[in-house]
Amino acid sequence: MKQFIIFVKKEFYHVLRDRKTLLILFGMPVMQILIFGFALTNEVKNSKIAILDNSKDMISQQIIDKISASNYFDIEKTVSNNQQIESAFKEGKIKLAVIFSENFNHNLLHQNKAQLQIIADATDPNTANTLTNYVSAIIFDYQTQLNKTTTLPFNITTEVKMLYNPQLKGVYNFVPGVMAMVLMLVSVMMTAISIVKEKETGTMEILLVSPFKPALVILSKAVPYLFLSLVNVASILLLSVYVLDLPITGSIVLLFAESVLFIITCLTLGIFISIKTNSQQVAMLISLMGMLLPTMMFSGFMFPIENMPVPLQVISNIIPAKWFYIIVKAIMIKGLGFSAIWKETLILGGITLFFFVLSLKSFKIRLE
Amino acid sequence: MRTIRFLLQKEFKQIFRNKSILAMILMMPLIQLLIMPLAADYEVKNINLAVVDNDHSTYSQNLITKITASGYFKLQSYGGSFKEAFHLIESDKADLILEISNGFERNLVRENEQKLFVAVNAINGTKAGLGGAYLTNIITNFNNDIRLEWLQPGKVNTIPQIEITSTNWFNPMMNYKVFMVPGILAILVTMVGGFLSALNIVKEKEVGTIEQINVTPIKKHHFILGKLIPFWILGNVVFSIGLFVSWLIYGIVPLGNLLVLYSFIWVYLLAVLGFGLLVSTYTETQQQAMFIMFFFMMIFILMGGLFTSIDSMPAWAQTVTKFNPLRYLIEVMRMIILKGSGWKDISVHLMTMALFAIVLNTWAVINYKKTS
Repeated sequence: MKQFIIFVKKEFYHVLRDRKTLLILFGMPVMQILIFGFALTNEVKNSKIAILDNSKDMISQQIIDKISASNYFDIEKTVSNNQQIESAFKEGKIKLAVIFSENFNHNLLHQNKAQLQIIADATDPNTANTLTNYVSAIIFDYQTQLNKTTTLPFNITTEVKMLYNPQLKGVYNFVPGVMAMVLMLVSVMMTAISIVKEKETGTMEILLVSPFKPALVILSKAVPYLFLSLVNVASILLLSVYVLDLPITGSIVLLFAESVLFIITCLTLGIFISIKTNSQQVAMLISLMGMLLPTMMFSGFMFPIENMPVPLQVISNIIPAKWFYIIVKAIMIKGLGFSAIWKETLILGGITLFFFVLSLKSFKIRLE
Repeated sequence: MRTIRFLLQKEFKQIFRNKSILAMILMMPLIQLLIMPLAADYEVKNINLAVVDNDHSTYSQNLITKITASGYFKLQSYGGSFKEAFHLIESDKADLILEISNGFERNLVRENEQKLFVAVNAINGTKAGLGGAYLTNIITNFNNDIRLEWLQPGKVNTIPQIEITSTNWFNPMMNYKVFMVPGILAILVTMVGGFLSALNIVKEKEVGTIEQINVTPIKKHHFILGKLIPFWILGNVVFSIGLFVSWLIYGIVPLGNLLVLYSFIWVYLLAVLGFGLLVSTYTETQQQAMFIMFFFMMIFILMGGLFTSIDSMPAWAQTVTKFNPLRYLIEVMRMIILKGSGWKDISVHLMTMALFAIVLNTWAVINYKKTS
């Protein structure tokens, strides 16, 4: 046991010596949380639009006022013809154009019908959809106001309630994802690289000939990263609670316990990679391509899994981060207990055990 | 001139000897362009719907049929209680609950007023917002249908109505891949250019061969140019492969002039390579270079407007994106490829990028010391 502690101490020295890497390790989650929390929003606001008013009458002016009064739009300029609209789209200056037909007021009041056209820049389909919906809603509102005197029969009103995240903030989706990604990065990549580095520089041989058990040599390598990861978990949670106002609705103890489980999963993966490879570059490439990229793609926080083709959906099941993401979401945001996530926990445990056994089997004490 | 030629020869030999770099150059465009657009499909569809129908009337049936026929929604469960439906949301099996109260049809006809209750799982903001909007739209349409059914024709027409027609330009099919592919291509070029150039010089440092170069009469700018040119060419090759793949698989052909597109890429690659060189002058080991590059890449990609629109960022974040070269490339790629923009439209972007290239490269040359 005393030997083990000495080895762990040695590993800590290694880790703490490389200041630049350490800075990135702790800076990364902080930056990510800040970017995700404050810069990235899916909500649409201040979108630039152009208005072509062919009618220039009272009603069209009233509608324009209503549109410009909303937070969603900035009226970039009032264009005077169709060509200008096209070139504004091409320069990327506007996302949407509203065109009033001629004699708008007259047609509306006398023929009970007036045409209005919305053109959206659909290179970004979701934004186009959302913006079109907003403009239509504003115009629809105006129309109901106009028709106040005549009440329509058979009204169905829809009451929409947004659960968990009433302001539709992006943070709710991102924080659990960032956690999964940072843990993956620290635990898998760093562990793998640090063990392979000993191989590359030849110091591994020295460790292996020591009277200390080889398996414990590897294990002692994992301990500092377990600590680093836990510090990262704590800092992410603190930031999300105090800076992003994202409360932890479930049990914190359970959340930490699950995090430890996921970190151990990652550490076993890192150890497994390091056993299978011999150079830092290969270890980096494998953990980047084989671990980090799939984590980003298949954990479900950046890309919606349900939209993927079936083969990719099947692949997503073997990505540990996906299960961790589900667990964190359930505990942090939905406030559920262990009974809701025992299945996911079991899967994570299974993956860990699988790679642990595989690592033990393929670990060689002798040099080739 | 002769010095540079020899340096170039050396670099190319090293590049072609290293199998992992070659694999990266060939595999990255393929993997990224094949899998990423498939995965990065943000189109909101397949929304899982749980209906709690307490009415079981013709109207409630009609409404549900109308909703499922829209193609956006998948009926996950029908009937049961609100509690059961809520449990489906908790276990992520449903995204949306529609509750139809008892007496929906009767009350609507008699009292002219009836409420529907919709609860949305809003953890994923975009999906919740759009899903809710789709559903309300369908319900409004359904409402109009009922009115038409009950009122004599002609009566509705006495109410002034604004007819809204909406058109989607540049991507009428609203295909999400069309939006993502140019952006992914932009990331690809950045990753290849940035990582390769950063790792390259640091490797010479780590292995110690940089000392040998330092004692030769090779000038600083010769050395830097010798490092830049090969990766500049590689970047162009990767970009061309990517462009070819996106035509082959997604049928995306640039609407704009290819020369405009390539000249922007030429300037852009200079800037990104300069950034890679800069990182390599500040680091000692490949591990460090890798992590620092990774850190910046992350910020570039997240703040580049690929996933979320820059317009909706707060002012300070928008200022930050002005210093992000990737942001300009993504914008320009989408403009030229999807909208067919020309010289005039991208001239400001091109100028900015040239400035980036000059500043980053000068900085890298100044910071590269032949003596340590």
